[in-house]
Amino acid sequence: MYRYDSYDQKIVDERVAQFRDQTRRYLAGELTDDEFRPLRLQNGLYIQRHAPMLRVAVPYGLLSSTQVRTLAHIARTHDKGYAHITTRQNVQFNWPELKVVPEILAELAKVEMHAIQTSGACIRNITSDPFAGVAGDEYIDPRPWCEVLRQWSTFHPEFAFLPRKFKIAVNGANQDRAVIQCHDIGLELKRDAAGEIGFRVLVGGGMGRTPIIGSEITDFVPWQHIITYCEAILRVYNRYGRRDNLYKARIKILVKALGVAEFKRQVEEEWAFGKGGPNTLTEAEVARVATHFTTPAYAQLPAEDAAYAAQRAANPAFAAWARRNVLAHKVPGYAIVVLSLKDPSRAPGDITDAQLDQVADWADAYSFGEVRATHEQNLVLADVRQSDLFAVWEKARAAGLATPTFGLLTDIICCPGGDFCALANAKSIPIANAIQARFDDLDYLYDIGDIELNISGCMNSCGHHHVGHIGILGVDKNGSEWYQVSLGGSQGNDTSIGKVIGRSFAAAEMPDVITNIIDVYRAQRLEGERFIETVRRIGLDPFKIGVYGDAAIIERKQHA
Amino acid sequence: MPKLIKNGRVIDDAAQILVLDETQAPEALSLPEGPVFVPLAVWQAHKGILADNKAIGVWLDSHESVEDLAEDLDSLSAVALNFPKFTDGRAYSGAALLRTRYGFKGEIRAIGDVLRDQFFFMQRCGFDAIQPKTGKYSDAQLEEALASLKDFSTPYQAAVDQPEPLFRRAQRAA
Repeated sequence: MYRYDSYDQKIVDERVAQFRDQTRRYLAGELTDDEFRPLRLQNGLYIQRHAPMLRVAVPYGLLSSTQVRTLAHIARTHDKGYAHITTRQNVQFNWPELKVVPEILAELAKVEMHAIQTSGACIRNITSDPFAGVAGDEYIDPRPWCEVLRQWSTFHPEFAFLPRKFKIAVNGANQDRAVIQCHDIGLELKRDAAGEIGFRVLVGGGMGRTPIIGSEITDFVPWQHIITYCEAILRVYNRYGRRDNLYKARIKILVKALGVAEFKRQVEEEWAFGKGGPNTLTEAEVARVATHFTTPAYAQLPAEDAAYAAQRAANPAFAAWARRNVLAHKVPGYAIVVLSLKDPSRAPGDITDAQLDQVADWADAYSFGEVRATHEQNLVLADVRQSDLFAVWEKARAAGLATPTFGLLTDIICCPGGDFCALANAKSIPIANAIQARFDDLDYLYDIGDIELNISGCMNSCGHHHVGHIGILGVDKNGSEWYQVSLGGSQGNDTSIGKVIGRSFAAAEMPDVITNIIDVYRAQRLEGERFIETVRRIGLDPFKIGVYGDAAIIERKQHA
Repeated sequence: MPKLIKNGRVIDDAAQILVLDETQAPEALSLPEGPVFVPLAVWQAHKGILADNKAIGVWLDSHESVEDLAEDLDSLSAVALNFPKFTDGRAYSGAALLRTRYGFKGEIRAIGDVLRDQFFFMQRCGFDAIQPKTGKYSDAQLEEALASLKDFSTPYQAAVDQPEPLFRRAQRAA
């Protein structure tokens, strides 16, 4: 993974000094709340229900074991013994005191970490495929490009006060695992007919209040020009994005208002000035960054480890875990391991300091010292030998990190919700835990098969409910918490936005609602048909009947 | 006398910012004595007589486009860009365009809700004059705030103050 040189280190060290002084001036009354707010947000610091929440950047989800140990130390020392993996591959702490945040940042800087631009109306942490470099379907490794873009966007002076937040994701595999269609800029690596690397550029996607799938603005920008192209997009957005209404300030609203063709015309007119300028990438720079992402020293191993097969045959629990949480690796004899953070006894995505330390140890022992965070709020050991899988499983199971439900109904994406977040309309963690409790039978979960259930506690949709096969959105009705259900959303290549099925529900109804939806699926599915495929084939009406009874449909037809 | 940060130093500055209220039409010009920044509308109405006056600058609000001033830049020694709120970042693009696209060599002044924690970004985008509101900072605070111009010593990306990105400026070890 990328390691800092003296320039990178100096920038994060200077950031610590800058924020230390800003915090000092705020606490001394020299900065008002309004003046301090954007400064702290651009350092990932929110004021939440109980305490400030600090969001630490994990660039494109990559962590070293040393960094994981530092996160454990921070959780233990400055928080209540746990951290939270976010849906943008970052790490959050929920309980740090404002006055110790500069100290936390100093500790992070020692291990090449920071909280720069993890919030605020600026370019946020670049996200990517958590299986980058190890997935069999990858054709171009996105990580060097993510790092190049990270450096370009860090403290970009022109784009520090955009109309609204700005998120960029990069993918370089057949399967989109970075949700690029729901980002302000989605970049798909590709090759042109001559074999040259470049990017297909999507713009104006996003979730939030107005979910929109990104539009293609160009089908190929040669790699040399990706920074100048992004700068052109950002400049048009910075100048002409709406600033009069927070809810209409994202770039998607500008793209929609202008139309993609006109937006593209403006971007390309702007790009004509920047194209070929100093920000044009050089082969030397890309090569320098790429050397940080070289293939680790893999051993020559048989494609199928005999002991691994025997262990699965002998141990059904291990076999179940291997079936769900172990994924194919591009190198023979290796595997990708998903360490589940979806133990029903904890909030989805939460991990304790002790668990973090253990994960760091396993990374060192079994996976070249690296860990990845996923936007589905799990951790990944990306390079485990098949022959080590049983040992990893035994340790992970003992630590509560081997819930064998990756990609199943209870592998829920869930924002912190009303328990922690000041923006939330409703709690989300108890809903997730209640659904996990209802669906605690593994055989039943396996029978339901691949499905994505995503929960957000408010319209900001941090829990990605719009792209959940089942999406749950917390809403406020006259001061009480209700939950709206949508079906048919999906991430990946066939990204779609879910549709709301009808009136919302009280928290206590939610396990039954999900049960009813699943019952309709099981009754209607064709052989081998996944949940999302059934929803697409039969539409929402059978599910509405399953949830609300015939009345819902009859009533709607009368109104039609 | 009001203070101004010019090229990294605090200096006295006598220039006034002419703001029209609702009852004043741009055509009904009455300029105060001495150096003054006039609104774009006043400039456009009186370009002919103002153009030779070196004491005259133009200020643009954040919704106004530097393009509207492009043809007049040769006859201007200073342009001020207003930050109605410090979170309104349009003037950063405006300043960068004035410098890089239109080659403006005169003073570009940041006015309005100008705070020290944005000085670094302003300087990078081509502002050479930074003027917090009168009374926002004491003289001593303004001197202290000069430190914010140097928050970061070696930024990554190209900008007006440093037209080459780090990867072209430095030999970075792999």
